[in-house]
Amino acid sequence: MVNSGTGLSIVTDPSVVSASGRGVIGESVRRPDGTPKVQGRFAFSSDLWAEGMLWGATVRSPHPSARIRSIDLSGAWQIPGVRAVVTYDDVPGNKMFGLEHADQPVFAHDVVRFHGEPIAAVAADHPDTARRAMEAIVVDYEILTPLVDPEIAIAEGTPPIHPDGNLFRRLVIRRGDMSVSGDVVVEGTYEVGMQDQAPLGTESGLAVPDDDGGIDLWISTQWLHADQAQVAASLALPEAKVRLHLAGVGGAFGAREDCSLQIHICLLALQTGRPVKMVYSREESFFGHVHRHPARMWYRHHATRDGRIVKVEGRFVFDGGAYASTSSAVLANATCFSTGPYKVPAVDLLGLAARTNNLPCGAMRGFGAVQTCFGHEAQMDKLATTLGIDPIELRLLNAMQTGDSCITGQIVTGALPVEEVIRSCAEAPMPVLAEPVDSPMMALPGGAGRTADAAGVKRGVGFALGWKNLMFSEGFDDFSTASCHLLDGVATVKSACAEVGQGFVTLAQQIARTVLGVDDVILAPADTHIGSAGSTSASRQTWMSGGAIELACRTVRQKLLSHVGAAFGVSVDDLDIVDRRIVSRHSAKPVIDLDVADAAPGVAFSAVEEHHHAPTFRLDENGQGNAHVSFAVAAHRAVVDVDVELGLVRVVEITTSMDVGKVLNPLQLLGQVEGGTAQGIGLAVMEEILLTAGKVRNPSFTDYLIPTALDMPPVNVAQLVEVPEPGAPFGAKGAGESPTISSTPAVVAAIRNATGRELPRTPVRPHDIAL
Amino acid sequence: MSEYCAYTLRVNGRDREVSDGWLGESLLWVLRERLDLPGAKNACEQGECGSCSVLVDGSLVCACLVLAASAVGRDIVTVEGIAGAIDGSDAVLSDVQEAFLTEGAVQCGFCTPGLIMAVHDLLDRVPLPTDLEVREAISGNLCRCTGYGRIMEAVWTTVRLRQVGGQAR
Ligand code: FES
Ligand code: FES
Repeated sequence: MVNSGTGLSIVTDPSVVSASGRGVIGESVRRPDGTPKVQGRFAFSSDLWAEGMLWGATVRSPHPSARIRSIDLSGAWQIPGVRAVVTYDDVPGNKMFGLEHADQPVFAHDVVRFHGEPIAAVAADHPDTARRAMEAIVVDYEILTPLVDPEIAIAEGTPPIHPDGNLFRRLVIRRGDMSVSGDVVVEGTYEVGMQDQAPLGTESGLAVPDDDGGIDLWISTQWLHADQAQVAASLALPEAKVRLHLAGVGGAFGAREDCSLQIHICLLALQTGRPVKMVYSREESFFGHVHRHPARMWYRHHATRDGRIVKVEGRFVFDGGAYASTSSAVLANATCFSTGPYKVPAVDLLGLAARTNNLPCGAMRGFGAVQTCFGHEAQMDKLATTLGIDPIELRLLNAMQTGDSCITGQIVTGALPVEEVIRSCAEAPMPVLAEPVDSPMMALPGGAGRTADAAGVKRGVGFALGWKNLMFSEGFDDFSTASCHLLDGVATVKSACAEVGQGFVTLAQQIARTVLGVDDVILAPADTHIGSAGSTSASRQTWMSGGAIELACRTVRQKLLSHVGAAFGVSVDDLDIVDRRIVSRHSAKPVIDLDVADAAPGVAFSAVEEHHHAPTFRLDENGQGNAHVSFAVAAHRAVVDVDVELGLVRVVEITTSMDVGKVLNPLQLLGQVEGGTAQGIGLAVMEEILLTAGKVRNPSFTDYLIPTALDMPPVNVAQLVEVPEPGAPFGAKGAGESPTISSTPAVVAAIRNATGRELPRTPVRPHDIAL
Repeated sequence: MSEYCAYTLRVNGRDREVSDGWLGESLLWVLRERLDLPGAKNACEQGECGSCSVLVDGSLVCACLVLAASAVGRDIVTVEGIAGAIDGSDAVLSDVQEAFLTEGAVQCGFCTPGLIMAVHDLLDRVPLPTDLEVREAISGNLCRCTGYGRIMEAVWTTVRLRQVGGQAR
């Protein structure tokens, strides 16, 4: 019923394997959804269509803070073709939603707390009709002064802008002898601007009401089951009647972890009894999802004269915007990882996440670690300068390793090859680069503007190291579910894991082929007919859902081998699968050598498994505890050219090393490294949502710039450090986020190196350099 | 919203009727919503991202900036037709599409149709481009996932194969 009329399929072509080989773990296997994607046949959520479909649109507040006196919907109803208009009053169930805390109204009703907050939604025959209806709705606002400074928001005596107060979280981490002082002390205050995930596909979905009073929602999301729970609660329906299906996702990077239009379109569909589709415009998308938290961070590092860190003090203020989203978890990450992968015997740290009338902030690739990495790496360089020590030597001197304690008291038991990552990146030969004077105008800072004077361009080199946790932390029971079904050599695997572009679909097939010795692996659609896979975030899906698929396949493999063993009178322990064949181990008799596909004709084997990672624990009042599962480290070395007079920057080259555990698909991993690095470069030199008194000034790709092919240098991968991670499927660490963390501080360090400026803020703007 | 009209567009070598189009509709909208050709994408609808790129009379345009009714009488090629359009072959994939797959240039794939069109357009005009020429040519096509590294590689693979293999497909 739901398609675009062209035979679109969001799942995929099981027959395409790697160009050579079997398409197992370790190979550069092609994406199973690649062919439809290059042909334009892949069905993204914005491509869906259903018979009798209506178009939805959302009315949003033009003010960041206001009291709503009244909402007059009559103008909208007078427009022919308008089928439904819904507001807060039409929400039958929970009128509040939220990923961690339900503190956000489905529609604003008494007060508006951020620019662009939804007020109402309409459904009409044509999107232009819906847009006109939207404009015909009259909202009478009493405009209030927005609270936009997070420090003021949490200051004593500031009136709360929400019944839950203005403080999302206050996290203290204290450890060691806090009275110690270093021979050398360096101090700094750093700032990170608000970054947008800017996935190319905007928010979109299609809701189709069912005769049973329930609803089917095709949606681009990162976490089907979290959406399902929130939609069902707001619709006052049992979860079984709210069935979510993953539609093609045009990138995510954190932007799709929270609900955007999910509840709205389901309401419209239930009210009209017709399918409703909604697609955000690019402008609307900037208002329609959470962003990377802007942060202000104060640091004081103490070290001995020979460069050993003895204590770090810090205070980090994160602006969470109007609603909670994942602010609490972001702040925990930021604070836990705020000192970098360095041995720090004593810390006195305070993290604060505040509610303001700015855009809500939540998940974005790197999740808190990005902001504090910018701070701790600037501090490391400052410390190196003050001590007169080479910055790489200083990092090596303080580098953590397996067995060391984090500032939370957690002992790192898994792989932590900090030294290898630093050395391989810092010591990588510098590629041959053309000097600015020998470069075409287009390759100078300013590019197409042709403004730079090559003679005045200065080159700089910078280095940075970052780290982050993998998977969810602080006691969350994180798990993923998967099923496997095997019949005559064809495996069908299913998981609700959201493929958002990262390539989980490829890995799922690789895992099944590796475990089962089959060639054909069909991926069943991702939907809520199976248990949760958790979120596609926190670099967790290869480990969690990859692990669940591995478990389900291993159970099926065991069943297959038992079946064959019984048939031949051989113990299952004497059987193995090697490549595509079931064979008897060493000297077992009789000698068995069967093709997996022919081993049990017509007999089906199935399993459903849940994969949980090792438990984690909450942090105590001093921020101590085993809160995290695993850690990954990465480093970047950047080369920049800077036109110092105009303040223009061009990133010329970037080299990276990364701790990956094991490479499962070299080509896909490279894609994560390059793509993640690009987003870090964006945050270093161009990407920022500009807010004035809570109002967004640049909600478009004209004014919010993301790196183009001209802005992006080649990424030189110095080394992918493979130290297998205990407990991780195939020993592999998640690789989605690490490339985004150290790239930003490396680029800014390079600009400091070229200009001699302090540059305590990212993104670095022309006036930060030139004025 | 009054002017509804009927007109014919020539898309991927076929005449396609638009029966009740509103004159204000963009070519992108009509392709996607009226002609069942959702290959061209809609990441910005204001000429900034290139995800909607199609060829109109052989020129690369942003379909979001073209009024559909103004494309009457022109030859429109979309990503759905690019493999067959080059030499009328019945190939399932063009060489550029194939190279995007082998080089890992596709992640979420939302930018991919536009980039496929832009790369075809470039290599048909400039068979042996420099690195900077390629970057400039695709700088109007935003990709948020890949950082462009594998996309550049796909371009070089196509260039190489066209050199050894002769002509484009
Ligand atoms: S959709 Fe046409 S340029 Fe972005
Ligand atoms: S592959 Fe996702 S935007 Fe390019």
